[in-house]
Amino acid sequence: MSARGKLLQLLPPALLIVVIGLVGTTVSESTQTEFTGVLVNIAIVIALYVFIGNSGVISFGQIAFVAIGAFAAGVMTIPSEIKPTLLPELFPFIANHSVSSFESLILAALLGAFIALVAGIALMRLNGLAAGIATLAVLEIVHNVLRFWEKIGPGAKSLALIPETTGLWEAVLGALFCAVIAFLHQHSRSGRLLRAAREDASAARAIGVNIHLHRLVAFTLSGALAGLAGGLLVHQIGSITTEQVYLQLTFITLAMLVVGGMGSLWGAVVGGALVSFLNVYLLKLEEGAAVGPLHVDLPNGATLLILGALMAAIVILRPSGITGSRELPAAGWLRRRAQTEPAAGQPVDDNVPKAS
Amino acid sequence: MNWLQTLIDAIGLGSVYALVAIGLALIFGVMRLVNFAHGELITAAGYTLVVARDLPVPVAIALAVLVAVILAWLMERVAFRRLRDAQPAVMLVATFAVAFALEAVWLIAFGARGESADLLSSLNRPAIHSGDVTIRWVTIAMLGVGGILLAGTTLLLNRTKIGLQMRAAATDFRAARLLGVRADQVISVAFVISGVLAAAVAVLLTAQQPLVTPTFGLEITILALVGIVVGGMDRLTTATLGGFAIGFLNSLLGNVLPSSERVYLPSAVFLVVIIVLLVRPVGIFAPRGTSTEERV
Repeated sequence: MSARGKLLQLLPPALLIVVIGLVGTTVSESTQTEFTGVLVNIAIVIALYVFIGNSGVISFGQIAFVAIGAFAAGVMTIPSEIKPTLLPELFPFIANHSVSSFESLILAALLGAFIALVAGIALMRLNGLAAGIATLAVLEIVHNVLRFWEKIGPGAKSLALIPETTGLWEAVLGALFCAVIAFLHQHSRSGRLLRAAREDASAARAIGVNIHLHRLVAFTLSGALAGLAGGLLVHQIGSITTEQVYLQLTFITLAMLVVGGMGSLWGAVVGGALVSFLNVYLLKLEEGAAVGPLHVDLPNGATLLILGALMAAIVILRPSGITGSRELPAAGWLRRRAQTEPAAGQPVDDNVPKAS
Repeated sequence: MNWLQTLIDAIGLGSVYALVAIGLALIFGVMRLVNFAHGELITAAGYTLVVARDLPVPVAIALAVLVAVILAWLMERVAFRRLRDAQPAVMLVATFAVAFALEAVWLIAFGARGESADLLSSLNRPAIHSGDVTIRWVTIAMLGVGGILLAGTTLLLNRTKIGLQMRAAATDFRAARLLGVRADQVISVAFVISGVLAAAVAVLLTAQQPLVTPTFGLEITILALVGIVVGGMDRLTTATLGGFAIGFLNSLLGNVLPSSERVYLPSAVFLVVIIVLLVRPVGIFAPRGTSTEERV
């Protein structure tokens, strides 16, 4: 595939992220917060996709890296003057240092990558459900330690007073960054070998693909993006407990990925956007809102019910997800057009550096 | 600390986990489906016990079994039947989705705080008391019910025609169908049995601790699932042993860890899980020579 053809595959997911951002500027301030939340969710789902989508191995553990990123970024951005009163048990070197929000995102990504690397070296030998359960074990351990070890965080209390620096455009940039990294990885040699191994592990091994290594690369990268997304999340909501980055988030983000179509970046972004928006608006109806001429007031729990039923229906009726786990066909169509009619004008995303 | 007491409690809890594990492993055996919604069967039976708490105990238990069985049968009929040839990830998410939806039903119907089903809490008093060892009735019930149902399931699988067909389907589903095994019937029966087992678990759990919340069955299901993978999920016996082992380990470590470190019990359990999986990915109880690698 030509470089331009590949880039055209990045266009639909990137465009969708930007459009969500643009629409987000036209709505009220409280709705804008929800758009920001949707974009952060998309970043998390992309992080999941980098490992699960490309390797085909189900992992229940990626939210552990979101949790690590969120708490690392949160604890390190609270001003060091108020840390001793807020979190008296902290290790001195954590209590005495604070970083800016931007630096905290880098820290979150690095920490996510590091822990994923350490866990991955051991776990990436596993296949199928054993891998799923082992990654679940990672999530359980991370959750358990974060919840009770007050030397590194707030323990069971909620971590509050975190600078709320993830606005709409920060979230757009974060999600775009994740999409670009996921895209670059998916078309790299390592990414393509991993996808080959996903289709047929035995054949891939027979031609000398080191599956363990390429899974480890994807797992570490996924850990980095998950950590980054966790950092974005914590700076968006301003206060967080360990329960917010645990099983429920694991299930719902995994469902987003599968509903969208776990085999493609486009699927990850569409699934993340669709289910998140649905979640936001159903929750609004739970609080009571006007829909056209009607006043709808759903009982508590109705969101979960509708979401669950809808996800089950989509997965059952369309097992490869709404996008069919393909990149957007229009991208292929545009590509063909671009190849057959080179004079028909430059596609807008063509940012390959040229001599100009 | 008394070792005998610790062991007895651990064996009691282990049998409850074994019951959850066998329900999960039956379904996995016949249709390669990891049923996260199994926990909702337990919760459904639990709430039935809440609603029926003023009825005579046998009636309440019979109702709980009935509700769990109907729900299990419906789940398969409405949702999982269409997924038989789907990818594992898709099946898994479908069972999450069903679990989500059902959890929401409990939330809407009964609220988040939980309701009490204390019709069997009298079982919590000591049955045998000698020295510093106390055996409560509920532990005896766990062992008894666990033993009877495990034996019953084994007999059903080994001595009846439908049991033979289920074992055939679990070994090679396509070959079994070609030989005339009725797939729909076998799978329905497996779900019905898993419903009965789930109801038994709900009865035992409420006897020990009567509060039923919307996530009543979820935690034990996840742990039992971990157990069957660790034990070896391709065989019913290894899976059940795995379920027993995780319940046993959980109870044992909970008593053995010093009280200041007890909050890290889940970390300890899951660390053991990771180590076991790394050493024996096919399951700790799986026979030698079993391999996860596909043979070409």
